[in-house]
Amino acid sequence: MTVVGERPNPVGFGRMLRKEDVRFVRGKGQYVDDIQLPGMLHGAILRSPHAHARLVSVDTSAAEAHPGVRAVITGKTLEGLKLAWMPSLSHDVVAVLATDKVRFQGQEVAFVVADDHYTARDALELIQVEYEPLPPVIDARRALDPGAPVIRDDIAGKQDNHIFDWEAGDRARTDAVFAGAEVVVSQEMLYPRVHPAPMETCGAVAHLDKVSGKLTIWSTTQAPHAHRTLYALVAGLPEHKIRVVSPDIGGGFGNKVGIYPGYVLAIVGSIVTGRPVKWVEDRSENLMSTSFARDYHMRGEIAATREGKILALRVDVLADHGAFNNTAQPSKFPAGFFHIFTGSYDLQAAHCQVRGVYTNKAPGGVAYACSFRVTEAVYLIERMVDCLAAELHIDPAELRLRNLLRPEQFPYTCATGWEYDSGDYPRALRLAMEIAGYAELRREQAERRQRGELMGIGVSFFTETVGAGPKKHMDILGLGMADGCELRVHPTGKAVVRLSVQTQGQGHETTFAQIISEVTGIPPEDVEVVHGDTDNTPFGLGTYGSRSTPVSGAAAAVAAQRVRDKARIITSAMLECAPEDLEWEKGRWFVRGDPTRGKTIQEAAFAAHGSLELPEGVEGHLDASCVYDPPNLTYPFGAYICVVDVDRGTGKVTVRRFIAVDDCGPRINPMIVEGQVHGGLADGVGMALMEAMAFDEDGNHLGSSFMDYLLPTSMECPSWETGETVTPSPHHPLGCKGVGESATVGSPPAVVNAVLDAIGVRHADMPLTPAQVWRAMNGRPYRTDLAIP
Amino acid sequence: MRVPAAFEYERAESVPHALALLARHGSEARVVAGGHSLLPMMKLRLAQPACLIDINGLTGLSYIREEAGQLRLGAMTRHAELLASALAARHFPLLGDAERVIADPIVRNRGTIGGSLCQADPAEDLSAAFAAAKALAVIEGGGGIRTVPIAEFHRGPYETAVAPDELLTEVRLPIRPGAGSAYEKVERRVGDWAIAAVGAVVWLEGDVVQDVGIGLAAVGAPHFHAAEAEAALRGRAPDAAAIAAAAALAAEHARPTADQRGPVDYKRHLVGELTGRALRRAVARARGREG
Repeated sequence: MTVVGERPNPVGFGRMLRKEDVRFVRGKGQYVDDIQLPGMLHGAILRSPHAHARLVSVDTSAAEAHPGVRAVITGKTLEGLKLAWMPSLSHDVVAVLATDKVRFQGQEVAFVVADDHYTARDALELIQVEYEPLPPVIDARRALDPGAPVIRDDIAGKQDNHIFDWEAGDRARTDAVFAGAEVVVSQEMLYPRVHPAPMETCGAVAHLDKVSGKLTIWSTTQAPHAHRTLYALVAGLPEHKIRVVSPDIGGGFGNKVGIYPGYVLAIVGSIVTGRPVKWVEDRSENLMSTSFARDYHMRGEIAATREGKILALRVDVLADHGAFNNTAQPSKFPAGFFHIFTGSYDLQAAHCQVRGVYTNKAPGGVAYACSFRVTEAVYLIERMVDCLAAELHIDPAELRLRNLLRPEQFPYTCATGWEYDSGDYPRALRLAMEIAGYAELRREQAERRQRGELMGIGVSFFTETVGAGPKKHMDILGLGMADGCELRVHPTGKAVVRLSVQTQGQGHETTFAQIISEVTGIPPEDVEVVHGDTDNTPFGLGTYGSRSTPVSGAAAAVAAQRVRDKARIITSAMLECAPEDLEWEKGRWFVRGDPTRGKTIQEAAFAAHGSLELPEGVEGHLDASCVYDPPNLTYPFGAYICVVDVDRGTGKVTVRRFIAVDDCGPRINPMIVEGQVHGGLADGVGMALMEAMAFDEDGNHLGSSFMDYLLPTSMECPSWETGETVTPSPHHPLGCKGVGESATVGSPPAVVNAVLDAIGVRHADMPLTPAQVWRAMNGRPYRTDLAIP
Repeated sequence: MRVPAAFEYERAESVPHALALLARHGSEARVVAGGHSLLPMMKLRLAQPACLIDINGLTGLSYIREEAGQLRLGAMTRHAELLASALAARHFPLLGDAERVIADPIVRNRGTIGGSLCQADPAEDLSAAFAAAKALAVIEGGGGIRTVPIAEFHRGPYETAVAPDELLTEVRLPIRPGAGSAYEKVERRVGDWAIAAVGAVVWLEGDVVQDVGIGLAAVGAPHFHAAEAEAALRGRAPDAAAIAAAAALAAEHARPTADQRGPVDYKRHLVGELTGRALRRAVARARGREG
């Protein structure tokens, strides 16, 4: 264990305790549900028990008569305000409150505003809703069957449940390589619908000040600036009269990217009642109605030579998007970044086609630390490589080493067009194998097999594509994905940096101070980090897709660089020498050849605010800002090895060891990186072994509480073994790559590969619960998206 | 945040006081002990009792002692106390086995054995353990005290022999010579309810199974009880063949249903697998081997 805090903080990068934890460990965090305003009312949402039903009538009279109820809002109310529907992030609309039909279990039907939370909840039971149940579409594979019920009859002329077809890569070239290949292996696989399940559920407090006309929304948002703009566009409110505050957030993982009906309802509630309205969902509401992740039904085909040279990959995906297409990703990419499915290998050709369909399930689809579907892509390729290894009787680590991109191939443009910026893949895999003692593990496995014991070793290698993204390629509803940053150094050399991104637990208040510190030499404890408040920070698209460090981190580094450059001019004025004669050491400019003659950044800051005469055209003070438009994404990568034991009699899996070697370039704060990796590995164990949201034939959600939607605990996690290599990004000012989602992306295939290696089965779908493992051992794995038959 | 519907609250000062409160409030009242089943159900509004009668003040019902050839457990004994009890472990190691895999430490610190039994969840572990141990339930009511064999205590899912105006006060486990016991459970994740679980107690006389108790949780066994398997093993030497035969009977007679924990065939397989494991470990313990 590393003891931190018993030594001085680093100036710049290095291990240091998180600045924000001082308030969290004292219980002084300020979350949305902690906000109390004078006269604040409380909202609660009535939700549909049906997956698909026509809304015949909604009688709110008894609820309205209930003591303490201030307003009951229905779809009809919102129709009058033209707010019954809102635009989705994917060229569709989403119902705020149902007007015609309900389309998934848990959909919002009515909103009660009352004096307190208990009263609001009590009043929900007094609303009489008459539903006319309709047959639901639950099995995505049957959504396009002729005669399937049409879910989206609100869309004029809609006759089926088809949303989009999308493809990437070169189909003809890929088909040609397949036609000539010695070996082709194909495999169907499901990445089940899972949920980010942040510790804090979603919620909002809305307050429309009738005097100033200003609307303030405290909400659980990963993207406050984007939300402000969308509220302005949707509700027609002037943008300068909207302030979105993202206070302390208890985990996002993509769950808090979008705008939920509850946020809009809190705003409407405040407009209707003239008082602040708080709405915070409960756990079941979060699991049933907010952004899920994955739900990709994939068929992969891999072509190779008999010697194990991988040639091409072909993928067909059926994507279950639920009742509304509300996936959140750069708008030109309906399947996110799935087309990085060629992974970490040097392929001649690749092609994928993705078909999106509506089902009677909650909307969403891009969440849970997935880097816009890189998770699904990595799972697919890493499972396919293992299937090929089994087919060719080649050790899976050896097969990967034969096919990994070589360091001299970077920058490398893959068969589907991504330009990988940097990497040394074989080095990372060899390091992971060395930490694991790979050869020894294989020997042990053979010995145990002799004794009838099931031990498995799983390997995965992933390449992430994070830091969306270059404005010319990437936008969300027309908003380019560049990030602003403002740095101001006070006269005494202390500083405040204002970010467009904000933390949901990642540690921005520490790492961004360290970025400023690395570049300027101002100690990190002297840098105040302001974030999460649209009135007090520059515009930017928010924290998700591991983009904070690649985009906003770069913006902060550039702003800091500008401050340092200006300090050089100020120092030259102070020392009456030319700026070119000055050299930098961390925290100080000095005269080349005479290190005793110099000025610290703090001294320069004071002079910048003083009477010092500055050169022509140089303004006073020591401030800088930057809007950073990344030239490319960053491509962190890693090699993971998982060791499991499987109880042959019960199918129970025990994760014995997990080795994770990550390369995210230079680590700003290694402790924080390791913590993020640990969390992501636990995510991977959860998805591989226990997490999934299945639905029964009526559309009932079978994972609507933590009794049924299982998250891993420390008892299911081994003591993680982490390692690192460092390959700086050539285009990021500090060489850093985003790492927040790496482990979540990379770990599930390692666990699954290990379990299947143990039981000697080609494939079975996650989650590999004891029942699924036992069924797989007996040749009869079941579908994990439906109720277990 | 989920919040319950409105309810009245009474705090009982003694067993007679609790019984008087139960008599006064009738079947609309519910007793709350640890509350780890009832309060979630109330928050989900699946349970909406008009009145809660809190018996957490009845500290006199919290004990583990040996008396009159029985291990006696007060109904308000917390799971954590049973887990920590050397006395219970000495006579019935299956209780420790079971407690280690019941929920999590937070629930075990507060949840009570009486509450678990009266909740009568079909997947409840102690019910299977007590069924294997052939325990007796002591029930007090206005009419006095009665003792009910555990095999008659459970009337079905969430139904017990305790009437609305009665209180479970004690569980008694007869201590007999030659005993060995074990509890085996498979769960999807720590803290989850069992996919299947099996408790076994054997009482050996020399090399022969003088008596045996086999309790099953989560697999639809009537009264948590594998009667056919017990009958097949009783009077026989507990060798591999006899245990395998008993395990097969337990599996055959179990009535599991499919849910997200697993399909029927797997659960039935588990009953056989775990019955075998529990019996082997119980026999080994009866012979003084393997803790």
